Order: sequence, then C-alpha cells, then structure tokens
Amino acid sequence: MMQILRPVLILVGKDILLEWRSRDLVVSVLVFSLLIVVVFNFALNVTPQRVTVLAPGIIWVTFAFAATLAMNRSFVREMEQGGLAGLLLSPVSRDAIFLGKALGSFLFMLLVEAALLPVFGALLNFSVLSFTLVLTIAMATLGFALVGTLFSAIAVQTRSREIMLPVLFFPVILPVIIAAVEASSASIGSEPGVGLNRWLPLLAIFDALFLVICPWVFAVVVEE
Amino acid sequence: MPVNLVGDAIKLEGLEKSFGDWPVLWDLDLTLGWGQFLVLFGANGVGKSTLLRILSTQARADAGKALIAGHDLRRNPQAVRSRVGVVAHQTFLYDDLTALENLVYYGRLFGLNDPEKKADEALSRLGMDRRSGQRLRNLSHGMQKRVAIARAIMHQPPILLLDEPESGLDRGSVELLKKLLQEWAASGRAVVMTTHDTELGFSWTGQLGLLAEGKLHLRGPEGTGDSTEFHRRVTVSLGASR
Repeated sequence: MMQILRPVLILVGKDILLEWRSRDLVVSVLVFSLLIVVVFNFALNVTPQRVTVLAPGIIWVTFAFAATLAMNRSFVREMEQGGLAGLLLSPVSRDAIFLGKALGSFLFMLLVEAALLPVFGALLNFSVLSFTLVLTIAMATLGFALVGTLFSAIAVQTRSREIMLPVLFFPVILPVIIAAVEASSASIGSEPGVGLNRWLPLLAIFDALFLVICPWVFAVVVEE
Repeated sequence: MPVNLVGDAIKLEGLEKSFGDWPVLWDLDLTLGWGQFLVLFGANGVGKSTLLRILSTQARADAGKALIAGHDLRRNPQAVRSRVGVVAHQTFLYDDLTALENLVYYGRLFGLNDPEKKADEALSRLGMDRRSGQRLRNLSHGMQKRVAIARAIMHQPPILLLDEPESGLDRGSVELLKKLLQEWAASGRAVVMTTHDTELGFSWTGQLGLLAEGKLHLRGPEGTGDSTEFHRRVTVSLGASR
C-alpha cells in the first residue's frame, strides 16, 4: 500500500507546490467558470420556480468545462521540460503516477468548486448547504478527475491537444454528468432522498469502474 | 568508491526497432562490462537516441533480448529504471521549482534516504551548489543541463545513459562532465553516451562505437584496434570534412 501511496503523495505535493508558485491555473479556471455562471445567469431567466430545472444544468456545465481546462493544463505542464518522461523513468508504478495525477486534479477541482458553490447559491438563489449536493459534487468530481487524467495523458501527446481532450472526455463522462445533474436536481428541489437512492449509487458504480479501468489504460497509453 | 557488480552491465542480442516501415535498428548486439565507458557516434537518424530510449525503458524494442544490470528490459522494467541514470535532450525538470527542489522531488521518487543531502551532493559535484536555490527558469541553458546531469547521478545508478550530454555546455562544464564520467566508469559502473562531436568523443578514453545502418561497429579501448580506419568511418558517417 505504501509503495503506491508514497509516490502518489510526492506527486500531489509537487503539483500543489507548482500551482502555488504560478497560480495561473487556479486563477484562469476560476475566472472562466465565473464567466460561464454570469453568462448563464443573464441568458436564462432563473426564477425560484425554475431553479430546480435550470440550476443543476448550469452547475454541471460549468464544472465540466472547468474540468477540461484544468486537466489539459495539468499535463501540458508535465510535458514542457519532459517532466512526464522523467516521471516515467523513475522506479514508480504507472498506477501510482496515474493516481497521483488524478488525486491532484481531484483536489484542485474541489477547490475550484468550493469557491464557485457560494456564487451559484447567491446568483441562482438556492441553498448550497446540502449533504447530498456536496456528496454528489465530490463523487462526480472523482469521476471527472479519473477520466480527465486518462484522456489528458492521451490528448497531450497529440498536436491538437486542446480540442482532443473535450472530444474524448465528454462522451465518456456523459453518464456521470447525467447522474450528477439528476442527483443535484433532487437535492436542490428538496427531494434529497431520490438523489441518494437512485443517482448516487450510480455515481459510485461509475467511479469504481473508472478507478479500475483508467489506471490500467493509462499504463498502456504511456508505454511508447 | 569502487562498486562491486557482477555479470554484464548491458547485454543486447538481436535488438530490432522500426518506426512503421522504417527500420532503425536491426540485429544489434552489444555487450558492455562493468567499468566500461562506451562513446557512441552516429549520423542523425541512425537510432542513437532510440537505442538509449530502449535501454532506459522509454521505448520498446520490436524484437531481441536486452539485459540491463542483469534485469530483463521487458520483464522487469521497474528494476531497470532504478539502475539507470538518464541525461536526454530534455531536462525532465520543472521551471517553477528550484534546482534543489527538482532534485529532492526525484530523490523522493527514487526512494532515497535523506534526498536533500543527496541532492546537495549531486549539485555540488556539478558546481551548482551556489545556484541550488534558484528556480530553473532563471538558470541558463547550460546550467539547466548541469542540474539535469545532477538529477541523473543523484541516485548513484550503476549505469549512466547520456544522449549528447555536451550540447549546451561550455568548455569548463564539458571538462567537468568528462571527469565525472571517467570517475563513474573507473568506480566499476558503466557509461554509454552518444555524441556528434568527433573531436570530443575521440579525446575521451573509452570504448568507441559507430552506429550505422542499424548496427553497432565497435572499436576497442584506446590503443587497440585500427584507430585510423575507425576514425575515417566515423567522419565519413557523420559527413565531417576533417
């Protein structure tokens, strides 16, 4: 266990330090996400009657776009001076490398989402202090991080990396987005029980599947 | 300090590698013992970097057998990775970390005890101790290269693989590198480096090799073999006019 956990933590620590030094990713993702929220707020008339229908869609479109931006940048940084190649040359298992990168993205996305959630609550006029909503966000973000890390590793090796990631990412992550939207809708609409019983188990199944499949595919992808 | 190592450092038999329909290496054999220093010449595109990438587990050979420090490249790549130090065209370092932070990060990945101390020692050996606190992006290309070499030697690998390590280094740094590599081989470890620079390559004591037409042609250590004929083949192969 420590053989996996130790390099995972070393990788996460390095990613946090790099982001702390530059702060370019967190600032750009936050500004981009806020712009999406503002655009949606003006484009759609979110009245208290329609908040249950519209808010979950706005939240998850914003989070999904923010995730693609964050994931893409995460691996571009690794490629700049050959950091990924250096990482692959170290005696660390590919699973640990994948999990380290995915955990870093997961924590980063949670940070961005935590900053955005009060903005959603204020602009769309709903309570964000819901256990179901927070759990939904955490579970869906884990799915985003796992799938996004895998496809970033693929996309970053192509010439059209900015386009490639969303093209690969969205079809696979769609079931997670649907489940997250439904669970969030139930939570915002004061029916958290429906979300918990129906959609959260589905999110858990997707996360478990991705947790098994993605590291395995990653190991194949990063081999030459 | 001399290192006791058994068997061959590198043993390649019938190694083959193609890119699509384009064969780069074929039927390549090589045996390199401990304490040997192989300087590898070759024109652009003959597969020098590809060979080093295969030896360092970055690329996979299509066919053939490769043992690095007694470990099969295919079956046990992780054991190979902990036994080789690699200097490539890219530094494998992060611009926003200091030289010391970069090395400590890699030291931790390699599971070194006291990585800060090992990183300090490696940087001192490359004359970078006074710049260890500077971010990589603020160092010159040559200094970044020296940090990259420090990264490669920090975990004291028994085998060093260097792809044109002299590029970007000034004369003083090249002398430093030469001393380091010769000490590395003299301590019983093995070194393989590629270079385009015939003058430099011929001036370094060690086994000389020419990679041409997918195969490796070796000339023995200094003083053995037909050095004039080998020199001619190298210069012809590299297209040099000297």
